[in-house]
Amino acid sequence: MGGFFGHKGHLVRVAALFAAGILVFLVLQALLVPKGFGVYGHYRAGALDDNRARPLMHAGRAACVDCHADVWEVLQKGKHGPVHCEACHGPLARHAEDPSAGKAVKPDPKLLCARCHQEGVARPAKFPQVDVAGHAGGESCTSCHKAHDPLEQAAPATPEKKDAAAAVPQKGAGQ
Amino acid sequence: MSDDQTGRREFLARSGTFLLLTGAAGIAWDAVASGEPEKAPNYRSTDHWWAMAIDVEKCIGCGNCVRACKEENDVPREPFYFRTWVERYHVPEGDIERPEVDSPNGGYDGFPEKYRAGDGAKSFFVPKMCNHCAHSPCVQVCPVGATFESPDGVVLVDKTYCLGCRYCVQACPYGCRFIDPRTKTVDKCSLCYHRISKGLTTACCETCPTGARMLGDLKDLKDPIHDFLRTHKVQVLKPQMATGSKTYYNGLDGSVR
Repeated sequence: MGGFFGHKGHLVRVAALFAAGILVFLVLQALLVPKGFGVYGHYRAGALDDNRARPLMHAGRAACVDCHADVWEVLQKGKHGPVHCEACHGPLARHAEDPSAGKAVKPDPKLLCARCHQEGVARPAKFPQVDVAGHAGGESCTSCHKAHDPLEQAAPATPEKKDAAAAVPQKGAGQ
Repeated sequence: MSDDQTGRREFLARSGTFLLLTGAAGIAWDAVASGEPEKAPNYRSTDHWWAMAIDVEKCIGCGNCVRACKEENDVPREPFYFRTWVERYHVPEGDIERPEVDSPNGGYDGFPEKYRAGDGAKSFFVPKMCNHCAHSPCVQVCPVGATFESPDGVVLVDKTYCLGCRYCVQACPYGCRFIDPRTKTVDKCSLCYHRISKGLTTACCETCPTGARMLGDLKDLKDPIHDFLRTHKVQVLKPQMATGSKTYYNGLDGSVR
């Protein structure tokens, strides 16, 4: 009988060691594995919400049109119809939230227009582009074109200038 | 005797059911406690599968997407890191193996003209971004589970969990990742996850003047991206790498890497 208890003692000690090991593992796991890890996969489920929590910078066209429907109507009539407001006016989510904050700046036409319409070898051939310096001759784009409806003549230009503007062939007409 | 046995069987069945139910409840509670993605009203991540269509033939290289992305996502301005950028290809006639590629400041300030028309080469712009691969090499190499494919098909980064080990930066075949010098953790295109989960489009799509980029939900059968994919012959970048890329290019030249 004494021998039996002696053997049992060995087993109990080994079992206790295993139990302690498992306990340590469980405690460490509970401490180190972040909450929600593994719910959707091998990552922390809360990371989805973290990514979603970033504040908006661009309000989106729908928000702009909510207040500025008149501008949007003009825009729709012209070639710039598909261009969203913030493409030219910059990110304005703060302004959309509180209209008195961060008003839209009027972009400098010489810089802005050329960004898209300055002639470029790599630009698609069907995209309307001009040699801005040769076409405008130092004149601001907006003295002839309205930014929101570019093909409608803005100010009554002097006759010869108007003719010159009309005579300049556009490389393409499509968007 | 038989009564006793029935009782035991019943007891085992009941306790088994109880254990199963508490297990299920535990898993459900985990999802609740971890801040489930369903917290945003009307957005269920499992209802979407996001993709991007890029029409090379429409890109004019204005750099609007690059600027908008930097603003929207607070991407470090200097040194020049990018979540999206535009490359200009200049391919000598018939030599698609040796294209000349440049991307001054990622296209942030547009592209100063450096080629002359009629030099016998073809030129075009290619917008680049994270391809949001369904089998992302970057996700596979992350040793800690700090980057992952979300249930709606967006490759995201868990900034609180990233070690900054750079394995994923090396693993991405498209060069879409960088270490944010401020946080020393990895950063990449999140497909404007904070926008698309609120029903808005990405900042690059919002500001692209020609509609060269189109965000699409492949699980939404009414999404115009299906029309685009049906009517255009599209290709993904580096298809031989089997990354399951979900950025589909129309008009992609063979010289593009």
